[in-house]
Amino acid sequence: MPAFAPGAHVRVRDDWPETRGRVHIRTPHYVRGMRGTVVRCFGAFPNPEDLAFARPATRRPLYHVAFDQPAVWQEGKAGDELLVEIYEHWLEPA
Amino acid sequence: MDKNVPRGPHDLGGASKFMCEPVDTEPHALTDFDKEVDALRGVLGAKGVMTVDELRRGIEAIPEADYNRLSYYRRWIRSIADNLLAKGVISEAELRAALDRV
Repeated sequence: MPAFAPGAHVRVRDDWPETRGRVHIRTPHYVRGMRGTVVRCFGAFPNPEDLAFARPATRRPLYHVAFDQPAVWQEGKAGDELLVEIYEHWLEPA
Repeated sequence: MDKNVPRGPHDLGGASKFMCEPVDTEPHALTDFDKEVDALRGVLGAKGVMTVDELRRGIEAIPEADYNRLSYYRRWIRSIADNLLAKGVISEAELRAALDRV
């Protein structure tokens, strides 16, 4: 069961596994720590962070999360939106 | 908008060095090399030797200067070679010998 429903306010974990060794992270650097809104859940998929190292991979819910673009990149108009696919273990309630 | 964070070379969003260059959206023809690399990746996947996730990890591990210099499929073949060496499917000597024959 996905933990977040469409419309849920979430924050992307401000975490940098890149500093702790070899990793394969799909969460873009520019949304870490940012607040966004869940748009939809796509279902659950094997975690690419494990697949990339040929390890057994737990299925994780994957979401479309919408971010306010000016807040992310300091450019664009009010109302511009950035949609990013993010796995559930990178999200926390906000 | 550059952020001083430990991003990987593939994680380009907002990197200012790419912001002033128009993106080339013209279709371009695949070379025989491109098609061979693509086919090789397909066979390695079908045989269960390596996944696309392992391919991507290997591509993203290419040092940034090489990553930006290499073409799309040259990044692929670099990753495939690194993966096969790490898995022991091929040896350094075999790879070197094969390259010497080219």
